[in-house]
Amino acid sequence: MKRERRAGNRLFMALIFLFLYAPIFVLIVFSFNSTKSRAVWSGFSLDWYRELMQDSEILSALSTTLSVSILAALIATVAGTFAAIGFYNMRKKWSRPLITINNIPVINADIATGVSLCLLFVAACGILHFDLGYGTLLVAHITFNIPYVIMSIMPKLYQMDKHLIDAAQDLGCTWMQAFYKVVVPEIMPGIINGMLIAFTMSIDDFVISYFTAGSKVQTLSMTIYSMTRKRISPEINAVSTLLFVTVLVLLAIVNMREMQQEKAHKKALVRARQ
Amino acid sequence: MKRVRFLMLLLTAAFALSLAGCGSQDGSMSSAPAGGREVNVCSWGEYIDTDLIDQFEEETGIRVNYTTTESNETLYSLLKTGGSSYDVIVPSDYMVSRLIAEGMLEKLDYSNIPDFDQIGDDYKHMDYDPENLYSVPYTWGTTGIIYNTKMVKEKVDSWSILFDKKYKGEILMIDNPRDAMGVALMYLGYSINTTDRGELQKAYDLLRAQKPILQAYVMDQIFDKLEVGEAAMGVYYAGDFLSMKENNPDLAFVIPKEGANLFVDAMCVPKGSKNKTEGEAWINFMCSYEASLANLEYIWYGSPNTKAMNDFLAELDTEDAAVLNPSKEALAQGEMFLNLPQDILNLYDELWVRLKS
Amino acid sequence: MKRNKLFSIPYVVWMALFVVAPIVLVVIYSFTTVDGGVTLSNFTRMIDYIGVFIRSFWLAFVATVICFALGYPIAYMIAKERAGVQRLCMALIMLPMWMNFLLRTYAWMSILENTGLLNRFFSAIGLFDLINQIFGTSLTHFNMINTPGAVVLGMVYNFLPFMILPIHSVIGKIDRNLIEAAQDLGSNGYHVFRKVIFPLSLPGVLSGITMVFVPAVSTFVISKLLGGGKDLLLGDLIELQFLGSAYNPHLGSAISLVMMVVVMICMLLMNRFGEGEETAVML
Repeated sequence: MKRERRAGNRLFMALIFLFLYAPIFVLIVFSFNSTKSRAVWSGFSLDWYRELMQDSEILSALSTTLSVSILAALIATVAGTFAAIGFYNMRKKWSRPLITINNIPVINADIATGVSLCLLFVAACGILHFDLGYGTLLVAHITFNIPYVIMSIMPKLYQMDKHLIDAAQDLGCTWMQAFYKVVVPEIMPGIINGMLIAFTMSIDDFVISYFTAGSKVQTLSMTIYSMTRKRISPEINAVSTLLFVTVLVLLAIVNMREMQQEKAHKKALVRARQ
Repeated sequence: MKRVRFLMLLLTAAFALSLAGCGSQDGSMSSAPAGGREVNVCSWGEYIDTDLIDQFEEETGIRVNYTTTESNETLYSLLKTGGSSYDVIVPSDYMVSRLIAEGMLEKLDYSNIPDFDQIGDDYKHMDYDPENLYSVPYTWGTTGIIYNTKMVKEKVDSWSILFDKKYKGEILMIDNPRDAMGVALMYLGYSINTTDRGELQKAYDLLRAQKPILQAYVMDQIFDKLEVGEAAMGVYYAGDFLSMKENNPDLAFVIPKEGANLFVDAMCVPKGSKNKTEGEAWINFMCSYEASLANLEYIWYGSPNTKAMNDFLAELDTEDAAVLNPSKEALAQGEMFLNLPQDILNLYDELWVRLKS
Repeated sequence: MKRNKLFSIPYVVWMALFVVAPIVLVVIYSFTTVDGGVTLSNFTRMIDYIGVFIRSFWLAFVATVICFALGYPIAYMIAKERAGVQRLCMALIMLPMWMNFLLRTYAWMSILENTGLLNRFFSAIGLFDLINQIFGTSLTHFNMINTPGAVVLGMVYNFLPFMILPIHSVIGKIDRNLIEAAQDLGSNGYHVFRKVIFPLSLPGVLSGITMVFVPAVSTFVISKLLGGGKDLLLGDLIELQFLGSAYNPHLGSAISLVMMVVVMICMLLMNRFGEGEETAVML
């Protein structure tokens, strides 16, 4: 009975993974197609990759996306860490409503956030005479990234033993030193996690960028969206393949190093026991 | 620790890629380049020979930021929402008059546009801009039914085929309020500029009845769909038909007997533009013989540049020439859009949203 | 300690500017019109569009249910595997999320179109001929894209990882001792699941439902790419009023406001059944 159930489980998992990856596989295969068709295979060719490398629109959108995501993630992490610590040290009476407001961009639908920010920026643009562009895009990304960072750090703060800080100060640390040597290492997993999530959210975002980027800058999602509204070029497939391969390679590298580390660790343990 | 590694690797890779991306184009990724001069153009999809953009940048040293949007109404929304400044826009006739009426266009300095002389007299002093203060024509043409002769075996000569249940799921309808309502109004025999609410309601009911048999509402997505045979027919512009025909010779075009829409797209400078002289330089460039001819060859839309148009027509076969340059009789059946009073425009908005819902 | 409180001041200012002020603007726009003056006309006009509301909520509900039906079993199965396999599976599930949302949706277009992969495949294996013989029809393809079904498929495909992640995370944290204790006390597998595992996994489930339902209700990309522009969803409706072909930011704001309020109510109702879901979300 158990073996059959195992097999059934495995089959179900395989089907789900197939479902998740089949479209991506299709995208990749047709990026090498020699004609424009996205459904009929006519032969192998690297034409679309060549065209992609010359398409300055997509390349600049890609670089904009990456730079906005990195900057927004970094700034959001730093700001979010300080904000989380501030909230942690407040009385519940104050921190509860503030944290609720903080969670609004997370719970709210993307389009509501995007539209509301658009209204704000346009009103500001009218008064302060600047255009929607990289700046407003960055501000929007930071705004929806910080809540994720805070949500990542708060639980770690609560798990931390309060007495540690007191102990550090009793042993002669200044407040600054206690902060850097005790608090930050304790919450570091939360900080890293938060940065990772913020980066993911920024790269993946479309709706908020669509309403706040204006005409001068485009993110990759915006460029792809406008390409799907016109004649579709398999350059999109080429971009997908490159993105996918990059992430796959990164993941593989990290996992391999992890496994190497574990092996070394196990060896050390075995040796220690002998 | 794993996550730290992953994150560091990811950030490094991303940073490297973004720097590479920066380097791949000359200049920065944000607005003003080192030279300082730039022009922001908002046009339509498939509406320019892209080599012309590079040529313009080389000849004038002005950096071009070329974006597109889908329809006149989305252009209007973009301009009204604000926060973006464009230097050249290419609205259609009725939208030009609407923008003029609402004070959203700058008066052009024609001393910066000497090539305006090359524009045929037929296209000057049009109804939407009688004194030629605000606009310079870019293209002109008609709409019509484009259909795949392999999938539609009967003779097509009327808008009625778009409402024919026989082709359920194979019909594409145009995705903007005035063109769509225009088709319905022409089929019912009314003027496309009617302000009679009863007539508009009847047109709306017709479109509503059509909705279940439609495949989709499309604008430029129609290119892929008709070329590949995903759909059997659609409503679109003559120039686009000729462009599609290059990729699928089974396609045919017809101006229905009830008439079609005759349009002129004109280049304008919106109010609040920060680069007006650069915008005028772009407009001037587009009027020139070389640019008009290049565009004719690439996008197949009628050009108001007389010499370019005549030279190009001379090289076409009679069928294509008839589509690009319809006969006087066909033109006589065509109707141009005019701007409508505000309350009717509000009614259009309401009907359109209700139709799409 | 007091000094630490001040850390949050910059962020509080930021929130006031970029979270609260925009919402206030949306409220202001909803209650006014182009001519100025406070009015409820935007809200009364929305009654015309109640069909759109119902359609959006219904499709989002269907997508959420499917995500749950697929996601919970997967999360549970993965949680029972070895740690190494678990890591691999979770990485594989997260991987598509690193590719762009637009790309993931676009991928389905080439598969579902009338001349797309699936239809060509069915045609090649003679499925249509077979059906035509049996039923006397004249099918040449299945109509898959530009239907509500395609939209739901797009939603499920994009948001399934968001359902799997939190559930897996919470199940993974359930104390093994609890399960063993239950088994020692005589429960069989089914009871262990029903009485111990499922209730403890609820925070993750609620998290997953939130992260699927809210984007599903408000999406406009999926319906634009896979829905054919025929059956508008709330997101399409709002986009139409701001950057689309029927400019009316007041009506658009009113619709956004109503959507925000309804979603908040749904979330509040769900929160009554679980606490601390925030902690479950990310870790």
